[in-house]
Amino acid sequence: MATTALAQTDRHKAARRRKWREALTAYGFLAPYLFIFLTFTVFAIGYAFYLSFTRYNLLKPPEFWGLEGYRRVLCLEALLPRAADAGPLVCDDLFIRKALPNTILYTVIVVPAQTILSLILAFAMDQNLRFRRLFRTIFYLPSVTSSVVISIIFIWLFSPQGVVNQIFGLNINWLNDKNYAFYTIMLLNVFTTSGTMMLILLAGLQDIPVAIYEAAAMDGANKLQSLWHITIPMLRPVIFFVVTVGVIGCFQVFDQIYVMTAGGPLDSTTTVAYLIYKWAFRDTAVKMGQASALAFVLALIIMAVTMIQRKFIEGSGSVSS
Amino acid sequence: MKASPTYRAVTFSDRLILLLEKAKNPIFYVVLFIWALVCIAPLYFTLVFSLKPVANIYDEPLFFPNPFSLENYRDVIGALPLFPRWLLNSMLISFAVTCLRVLFCAMGGYAFARMEFPFKNFLFNAMLVSMMIPGQVTLIPSFLVVGPGIIRGGLKIGELTLPTGFGLLDNPLGVILPGVVSAFGIFMMTQFYKSIPKELEEAAMMDGLGRFGTFFKVVLPISATQLITLALLTFQGEWNNFLWPLTVLRTPENFTLPIGLNWFRGEYYTLISKVLAGSLFNTLPILIMFFIFQRYFTQSIAATGLKEG
Repeated sequence: MATTALAQTDRHKAARRRKWREALTAYGFLAPYLFIFLTFTVFAIGYAFYLSFTRYNLLKPPEFWGLEGYRRVLCLEALLPRAADAGPLVCDDLFIRKALPNTILYTVIVVPAQTILSLILAFAMDQNLRFRRLFRTIFYLPSVTSSVVISIIFIWLFSPQGVVNQIFGLNINWLNDKNYAFYTIMLLNVFTTSGTMMLILLAGLQDIPVAIYEAAAMDGANKLQSLWHITIPMLRPVIFFVVTVGVIGCFQVFDQIYVMTAGGPLDSTTTVAYLIYKWAFRDTAVKMGQASALAFVLALIIMAVTMIQRKFIEGSGSVSS
Repeated sequence: MKASPTYRAVTFSDRLILLLEKAKNPIFYVVLFIWALVCIAPLYFTLVFSLKPVANIYDEPLFFPNPFSLENYRDVIGALPLFPRWLLNSMLISFAVTCLRVLFCAMGGYAFARMEFPFKNFLFNAMLVSMMIPGQVTLIPSFLVVGPGIIRGGLKIGELTLPTGFGLLDNPLGVILPGVVSAFGIFMMTQFYKSIPKELEEAAMMDGLGRFGTFFKVVLPISATQLITLALLTFQGEWNNFLWPLTVLRTPENFTLPIGLNWFRGEYYTLISKVLAGSLFNTLPILIMFFIFQRYFTQSIAATGLKEG
């Protein structure tokens, strides 16, 4: 009796040791990730949150000033009570006046355009046509080119003496005219993203089982009906994914703005992501606290939009992911 | 008894469908052809104009390089010493990030998929949540940590002064550091390792290889396809990366090719054909990679898209 009990505790001990060893090994495998994650994600988010309540210009240590940064970004006097000695409301209305409306306009135009275009391309690629591989390769070209290179090429194509004006016989200063600059950048975005989105949608189309179409045809459904009642509902999760990626991309658009217009002319192309960078790194007196506050506002907007989208797309159909 | 087929009048919608059925393929061909032209045109014009001398840049003809000259390419490689420098910097940074990220993501993914340890689910979920945080939120603290430090002059504890940043501003290592591992890569590798049977690894462990031995001698080789896909995505992303190198790098000698090209364009805006030649230099390696590994690229995009959808 005594010996078996002893052996049992020994076995328990050995098992526990093995468990510990395994946990230790696992943390060894995860060590590089955990180091980067703790430093550049966990700590970074926490510190950015702290900074968003401070005034910080890199020269002096961050100076706590409560919600003043958020108040300046959002331009809301009524938002929260202010101290009596806080003085008149200082407001940096570039976000409310320019960056937010611009970003919304950008998203509202670019996302439907890129989604519809890539849907049409995906449908075309899903037919039994010749040269499909060639087309697929060509369509993906704009997506592999770097955003800076493609921006530089577009600056030159759309310059006053550029190829676009020459071919179409126009005389438009695309990027220096506040009526055209933003739309030129939108065009660039649709151009570069449609290839990737087409591939995702195409994979979704090819994932729909042929049997469903056959069954529908047996029941007398015509092609248009099966497109409307089978293809679109079955594709809904993929479309949701593409739209979400598109919206997030639009809300964070930066490279093209920085390279092509630097937010100008007359702030007509200043977006939220660009404004954050401008406040944090580009202005003569950097405003890192205020930029952090805006970054959190942006994060909240993106999360809210994604959640509304999910509700909207999943709630409106019979088939959901 | 045979059922006689039921006939009904041919309606308008039947005719419309028939017509669409016939016209469908030609319409789709036209759509594909037009978009293919749009996709090729910018790169084609870039090539044409990079083969024209600077002096003739705005002269006719538009569609082929006449007069033809390799002057821009010669200058980009030879006369302007910064271009090869940027190319080298880009290569070094992209290569280092790719190698380290593939290794670390495989390790992390393997741990999440195969091992039991405390806080496993919590850490995995935290990773998934972290993928939804936009990069703008962490940009400023990341800059401070990599560069000047959170506290100027370091944290003073009695006699001791601890640095609060890596001091890697304007240093390629500063560009590399935060990129050596990515949540997306770990997620991708975790899903992959969960999907393959573990008999092979168990046999290797029976044979006395430890966890590390099994991982390096058995697990890594069988995940080659997945690792190549991750490597390609990483290399492409890092080669084209803009915001982070722009934040870290300061002097032209240390720039990567995208930062350098943009800087050069600002400094010498009249030399546009040299900028275009340099732009093609930036595009070429990725294009070659894309043509060789096309299958991996398209598969990875389709797979990641569907999985998250």
